[in-house]
Amino acid sequence: MISFMLNDELVHISKIDNNCTVLEWLRENQSLCGTKEGCGSGDCGACTVVLAELNDSQNGLEYRAINSCITFLSALDGKQLITVEHLADGNALHPVQQAMVDKHGSQCGFCTPGFVMPMFSLYKTRESQEQSSPTAELNRHQIDNALSGNLCRCTGYRPIIDAALDACEAPSADKFSANSTATIENLKALPQNSGTDGLHLPDSRAALADLLVKYPQARLVAGSTDLALEVTQQYKQLPQLISTRYVPELNRIEEKEQELVIGAAVTYSKLQDKLLHYYPELEELLARLGSLPIRNQGTLGGNVANASPIGDTPPVLLALNAQLTLDNGEQQRTIPVAEFFLDYKKTTLKKGEWLSDIRIPLPQEKATTEGCLRAYKISKRFEDDISAVCAVFNITLEQGVVKSLATGFGGVAAVPAVCSALEQAVTGKAWNLDTMKQGKAILADAFTPIDDVRASAQYRKTMLVNLWQRFWLESNNQTQAELRVIQHA
Amino acid sequence: MRKLIDKPQQPPVFQSKTVGSNKQHESAERHVTGKARYIDDLPEPAGLLHAAVSMSMAAKGKILSKDTTAIRNSEGVCDVITTDDIPGHVDIAPVFDGDPILADKQVLFHRQPWCAVLATSVNLARKAALKGTLEVESETPELDIHSAHLKQNFVRPTHAMQQGDYESAANAAEHLISGEVSIGGQEHMYLEGQIALAIPEEEDRITIYTSSQHPSEVQKLVAEVLDIKLHKVTVDMRRMGGGFGGKETQAAQWACIAAVLAMRNQRPVKLRVPRMQDMMLTGKRHPFDNSFTVATDDNGLIKATQARINGLCGHSADLSEAIVDRAMFHCDNAYYLADADIVGYRCRTDTVSHTAFRGFGGPQGMVLAEAMIEAIARKTGEDPLTIRQRNLYGGEGRNTTQYGMTIEHFNLPDLIEKLVQSSDYWQRREDIKQFNQNNLVLKKGLSLTPVKFGISFTAKHLNQAGALVHVYTDGSVQVNHGGTEMGQGLHTKIQQIAANEFGLDTDFIEVTATRTDKVPNTSPTAASSGTDINGKAVQNACLVIKQRLAEFWAEQQSGASEEVQFRDGVVSLGEAKIPFPDLVQLAYMNRVSLSSTGFYKTPKIHYDRNTGKGRPFFYFANGASVSEVTVDTLTGEYKVDRVDILHDVGASLNPAIDIGQIEGGFIQGMGWLTTEELLWDEQGRLLSNNAATYKIPAIGDTPAIFNVDLYPHPNEEDSIYHSKAVGEPPLMLAMSVWCALKDAVSSLTDYKVDPKLDPPATAEKVLKAIQQLPEEAFTCEVLGR
Repeated sequence: MISFMLNDELVHISKIDNNCTVLEWLRENQSLCGTKEGCGSGDCGACTVVLAELNDSQNGLEYRAINSCITFLSALDGKQLITVEHLADGNALHPVQQAMVDKHGSQCGFCTPGFVMPMFSLYKTRESQEQSSPTAELNRHQIDNALSGNLCRCTGYRPIIDAALDACEAPSADKFSANSTATIENLKALPQNSGTDGLHLPDSRAALADLLVKYPQARLVAGSTDLALEVTQQYKQLPQLISTRYVPELNRIEEKEQELVIGAAVTYSKLQDKLLHYYPELEELLARLGSLPIRNQGTLGGNVANASPIGDTPPVLLALNAQLTLDNGEQQRTIPVAEFFLDYKKTTLKKGEWLSDIRIPLPQEKATTEGCLRAYKISKRFEDDISAVCAVFNITLEQGVVKSLATGFGGVAAVPAVCSALEQAVTGKAWNLDTMKQGKAILADAFTPIDDVRASAQYRKTMLVNLWQRFWLESNNQTQAELRVIQHA
Repeated sequence: MRKLIDKPQQPPVFQSKTVGSNKQHESAERHVTGKARYIDDLPEPAGLLHAAVSMSMAAKGKILSKDTTAIRNSEGVCDVITTDDIPGHVDIAPVFDGDPILADKQVLFHRQPWCAVLATSVNLARKAALKGTLEVESETPELDIHSAHLKQNFVRPTHAMQQGDYESAANAAEHLISGEVSIGGQEHMYLEGQIALAIPEEEDRITIYTSSQHPSEVQKLVAEVLDIKLHKVTVDMRRMGGGFGGKETQAAQWACIAAVLAMRNQRPVKLRVPRMQDMMLTGKRHPFDNSFTVATDDNGLIKATQARINGLCGHSADLSEAIVDRAMFHCDNAYYLADADIVGYRCRTDTVSHTAFRGFGGPQGMVLAEAMIEAIARKTGEDPLTIRQRNLYGGEGRNTTQYGMTIEHFNLPDLIEKLVQSSDYWQRREDIKQFNQNNLVLKKGLSLTPVKFGISFTAKHLNQAGALVHVYTDGSVQVNHGGTEMGQGLHTKIQQIAANEFGLDTDFIEVTATRTDKVPNTSPTAASSGTDINGKAVQNACLVIKQRLAEFWAEQQSGASEEVQFRDGVVSLGEAKIPFPDLVQLAYMNRVSLSSTGFYKTPKIHYDRNTGKGRPFFYFANGASVSEVTVDTLTGEYKVDRVDILHDVGASLNPAIDIGQIEGGFIQGMGWLTTEELLWDEQGRLLSNNAATYKIPAIGDTPAIFNVDLYPHPNEEDSIYHSKAVGEPPLMLAMSVWCALKDAVSSLTDYKVDPKLDPPATAEKVLKAIQQLPEEAFTCEVLGR
């Protein structure tokens, strides 16, 4: 069984089709057709709904927008699903809806429910923030971030931006605030479920290990932002799914003295604050990783275990010398991330083994050294696009001499890659123009990327060289001259 | 009616002004609450079945066999059809032949549908459709426009426009400048994909719900494929989730397939095309390869122009004849081409057949004009704005287009001057030069480009419209017309027009779904003409009813009907006043007809294709924009920092809607010229076939500073309340982004070299433009080459 709230209604489902998405269920089973299908692949946001769940202290609600077209119904267990039909309070539109009307934010209207929902989650998030810091001004960057997963082909976005500014600048209590106590009680009262026929919700390492033995063909599912595409785009059937969301080891974030341990099933949204606390340099990359709804669902572990050569985080993990913990329920082993990727979409995971956590070394402050970390992403569009090239450089300098360099690259080989030749060549050298040029020469021939829809092989090669040069400029930028067209935050 | 409805107790409250107000979109509240119904949201009729299509994996070749056995044996499958099962026409081409409902003897493009499957659910239909086997004697597809041109492989005959004597004028001129520009196509990416629902009715009739800009054509094609008369087919179209031209002809196929399946099985049938298939199976904006030779004097004044315009049409004509014509009509943009020699070619390739897209070939012609101007400017060393202003139409002997139309009421010189002032162009030009000198990596670019866009269908007969207006006995009004609502606010403007005519509030006016049984033989909602022609037709219908009411009331009051006024919910004749609903009831009791059709045809227009001369356009819509960009010379990445627009919509019917069209058109045009890159591989397969690989502008792409103003000037022509069409023209305002990118690149040579930057100007192409500049031309250090 799975249990959740659909708007204000309690729902228990004992028999579900594993492959049924939230969108399909809403439209075809519940006749709630306000939520639209635009692309079926999480790229347009027409299907956006909001999930409310209990916060860590279990005394409040967090509202997160997700793409219902690539979310399996099973992901709703324990949560409140809020759809566009539920926002208005009787005949009174919700403030975000009213602002969209007043600012002429809809034209054809098909994308509109999908915009209203993340705007509503921004509203609720700001409302709860307001209690802690009431004067926080809403800026364009925050709106772009909140609505980064939504495409509108009619308006050019300006009226939508105005509506979001208008409605979310100073949110007041809405009907959801009024109902929050009841909602919290309802959510707390939902039963602990273990799943249904084809869907398993193990709550321990041991249970997960048993299931993997029992169902060797089963697929592990965390955010499903990639897995669901097999169903919605390739029309595949996934008979057995094992969810990672209730296994404690996979869902923790632990700050140790030397490292940050991130459970493989932790979403980007949940790990973001901790990671950026230690590595603020990664903000741009995280902000450009998919869209906010994708980051609300997608997990760091999924990005790694997926072993795609164009995932955004593996190059970062490579350049940070991260370690991975692999587990089979009995034994755990820890390996450097570089050893994980064997070939295109092939990893070192053995049968019955899973990725348990990612361990990121914390930056070590030392008086005698200084460092520079940069993560660059090249894509056709800044928001919600997949990298053509990703390049991460992490250098440590001691009195102007390179003490160490760690690199990570995406989109240039069959696997996320490092450039050892470059790392070795510059280590021990003075960090000057000659060293930079030497690096350029090495990078120019380091990889043989391919031509594809995102970029030509030649452009990718050029980017490696030029991004290295940019890195050198930025690490030496005494005058603080503008060097980038995008300035996040 | 035996007893009349109660009249409103209180006379309704009226806005003082309906036309010209910022009335919200008629569906705005339904949009934001999810209550607006698109076809896939309609309550499902009992017994509904779902259709999907099987597609060819070959791009070209003779079909040897079609095997549907595995499909038939799949779970949930009820029926499978190929062309053998089509009762009537197999060809559903809109104008000229060549667009089969399903692949028949030949495969014409990669993923062409060849059979349709009917099943009990969407998923089962789609899964079953994957199991078809099509055996094809595969041939290498022709994908290259140059090679198609060389082989004279055209979908329609070549057309030419001549003015004066190009050869002698060019020979006499001081300078000859040549260039070429290869322009990418564009995917419509309407958020609501193609869809149709067909419901068999009694008496062998059929009702079609379709997301189409052209219900009448869907009606006609459905009748033809079913081999029944038009009066058996009713098409209903309430709203589209975006159209942009992509549902002008390309919506019909799905309606026709659904109709055939529905009639065979006597069950309602829905066919919704999934996004990736939609992108692979439907035509796009035509890619064009254009070249020019322009002759100028020492001041960069154009003395003669030669242009060769090649539209890549895909496998069939579709609307390509008119689209390439429109590119030719607009290759002047706003400039006097003097003695001109313009030839347009319609090249055939083995890809999906390209189709209408906002601007309809006009944008691709205008990009050529701007490419010419940029080339001239870099040659003369003057600012491109100066060259633009110098070459605008106007002055003695400088007001005839290459197709012989006299330019009247040309307000662009004034509009541009106002925009130059409001955008602070010249000061910013200086600031940018300073910025560029001081920044090693980033270079800014600035550009002002104008738009002059001809309004009317160039196929003359399409410039007609019909309307049907009913006044009910409570004084409320129902309006129906031939235009379709795709988000552009057409129904809202129509509501305002009818409200204005009757002197009522818009709450009294209900504009209902476009239906072929209410207004017949309609034109597509296209060519920016929706409000112009349907608004006039509705106005004419209203005038008929008003005339009857006025005559009746005048007779009652022994006054003159021409002195009767309809205002603020009251009808008055001198001192005598009567609330509108009261007059309507009185008229009803006295047997006055309260319903009328209305008709309109656009005056003054004509074009002779034999001579290439005429007045194809009723008037021109004008505008101009200034864009500022920052380019990263290491990566080619860029950002549009600021945009200023001044646009001419005549006397605006609804400024909020018009500004929405301008902003939306601009951003859509910007996408076309920047990040939206269509790519096919050598087997003719579309690689950019989903929203993950084809990138339309997202919210962060909207410039931080985006100033849009309307140029306050009523249309001199007798258009509806002297407004101007607004649907397409603003798309081309985005040319200033493309030109600003070129400007930023050109700054590396101190503006001496005109860089080659073919749109879409992706970051990769911008970097390539930098790298391709001649080594010796650089006037500053450039890191990225």
